[in-house]
Amino acid sequence: MSLILITVISICVSSGILLLLSREVFKMIMGLAVLGTAANLVVFTGGRPGSLVPAVIEQGSQTLMTNAASPLPQALVLTAIVIGFALLCFALILAAAVANQQDNSDVASYRENEPSGNAKAQSDKPSVMEIES
Amino acid sequence: MSLLMPFLLPIATSLLSVFIKGRLLIGINLISSFTLLALALQLLFEVVSSGPKSLIFGNWPVPYGIEFYADGLSALLIILIALVSAVVMVFMVHWERTSDKSAYFALAQCLVASAIAVSLAADLFNLYVWFELMLIAVLGLMVLGKGRQQTEAALKYFAVSMLGTLIMLSAIGMIHGAVGHLNFSALAELAASEDTGHYLTLYGGMLLLALLLKIGAFPLFAWLPAAYHALPAPLLALVGGLLTKISVYVLMRISGQVLDYQLYHEAIGWLAVITMLSGVLGAAYHWDLRRILSFHIVSQVGFLLLGVALASPAGMTGTAFFLFHNILVKANLFLIAGLIWMTAGHYDLRKIGGLYPARPLLSVIFLLSALSLVGVPPTSGFWGKLLIIMETFTQEKYLWAAAALITSMLTLYSMSKIWLEGFWKPHPGQLVSLVIPKSTYMVMLIMSVLILMMGLMPGPLIDLLQLQQWQQGGAL
Repeated sequence: MSLILITVISICVSSGILLLLSREVFKMIMGLAVLGTAANLVVFTGGRPGSLVPAVIEQGSQTLMTNAASPLPQALVLTAIVIGFALLCFALILAAAVANQQDNSDVASYRENEPSGNAKAQSDKPSVMEIES
Repeated sequence: MSLLMPFLLPIATSLLSVFIKGRLLIGINLISSFTLLALALQLLFEVVSSGPKSLIFGNWPVPYGIEFYADGLSALLIILIALVSAVVMVFMVHWERTSDKSAYFALAQCLVASAIAVSLAADLFNLYVWFELMLIAVLGLMVLGKGRQQTEAALKYFAVSMLGTLIMLSAIGMIHGAVGHLNFSALAELAASEDTGHYLTLYGGMLLLALLLKIGAFPLFAWLPAAYHALPAPLLALVGGLLTKISVYVLMRISGQVLDYQLYHEAIGWLAVITMLSGVLGAAYHWDLRRILSFHIVSQVGFLLLGVALASPAGMTGTAFFLFHNILVKANLFLIAGLIWMTAGHYDLRKIGGLYPARPLLSVIFLLSALSLVGVPPTSGFWGKLLIIMETFTQEKYLWAAAALITSMLTLYSMSKIWLEGFWKPHPGQLVSLVIPKSTYMVMLIMSVLILMMGLMPGPLIDLLQLQQWQQGGAL
């Protein structure tokens, strides 16, 4: 079981990094999502996966049965999945907004905040909010 | 209960702020911020009088439950978070004229709540969750600006921070898989033992990498000046004044008290040297006020890392002192940048000037904060730098000390650039001079008085910090 999980994790990490290095903004976000899955699986693998013994403490006993799966990493993963999913939704909308505003989805062309050389002076436009006030 | 209240109050205010608007919104947020300050002071009082407090949710035995823990250091940090948030709230009353004011207040309070929770968390997973919440709040604040600059900054900030939190999550997963514990006190015990120590060195290193990314240490700081300056000035004071410092505080806890390995300290020390030099050199190059101050965050963080690397009680005391001084000064400088923008009409130093004759009080406040950032004697920065540099000499790390002194010189250069260009030379065009509300001056004066007091009477604070148990597993 661990071996399968480790194989899956390594595939996820490598494809995640490959996608993350892409200049296409949506591929980059997807890369982060895949890496997130890998991280979740890492946490999950730490919890003795594959065991069929239920993680229930029997009546009168103080400890878990031997070889039972640890429930804690599963709880941790659940929390991490929820947070990761919320962030992924947000990131996709954000990426769409950026790609719309800048009229292309090439990450390397987003130089609004890090202008090179002489373009610097023009880029310090006040934000929408500043104009209003 | 007094441990939980400083967290519950801002999170409740945050939720409430979503539904209300107008005067009610401002009133409730101001009241909540000042109550928070009072609660934080009460927490410090309790911690000082009756020792560290710990709260474990759900009545689990010690290393298993989710734990909140406060000692003198965390109580002081919470006071500063509360102080900065109160000041920023007062500022925001007059600043934001947009319709989504509720969202600004809600997200700012959420940021404050998660920052407080990070300083209280005493186990790794808890820490991770609050870091994520902090990330979400900052992203929200960034995209509320809606401009091209803002969304782009948010995207970059998201990508880098997300990578950091993923590394952190995997490190946490591996630590739990290897030793079965996440609680700080349990980990401190395991780190010292022979059997598990070597796993923890490896996985702890990964955790440190994630923290250094959030701190903005040397190779991983480019995101910080690119993202921060897209925020409007009062919020920049909250984000730029607090966020990286909170991560430094976590690093202090982890590398100083939980995973106390010589290897880490050495690595952090050299990173600190490069971080402070590259930060200050970046600041020397730029002309936008917000950008200059953002680069100074990087260089100041280098100082803090240097203190963390010294890993001795004296070094840690210096680091903590410097941390508190830096939160105050940095927040004040960002607020001044906001007022400069209101008065002179621009953040770009080449397009403004003549502030000294027009706004003498603002000039004096700026001068005080700037000199404090440089570390000139009667100000708070002097003592922080002195404590850290003295300790580098004690430990015979002369190269580190030299880098720290060079950084201070360059900081002086970049602060005098702001002074000469912004305050001294005549304005190339016309001063805009929006009306600056009295209340903003008031809060900035209070901040300046605190900075001055920290400089003139550093004794009580240093004594308080020396009571802290700095060694491995100390007081946790």
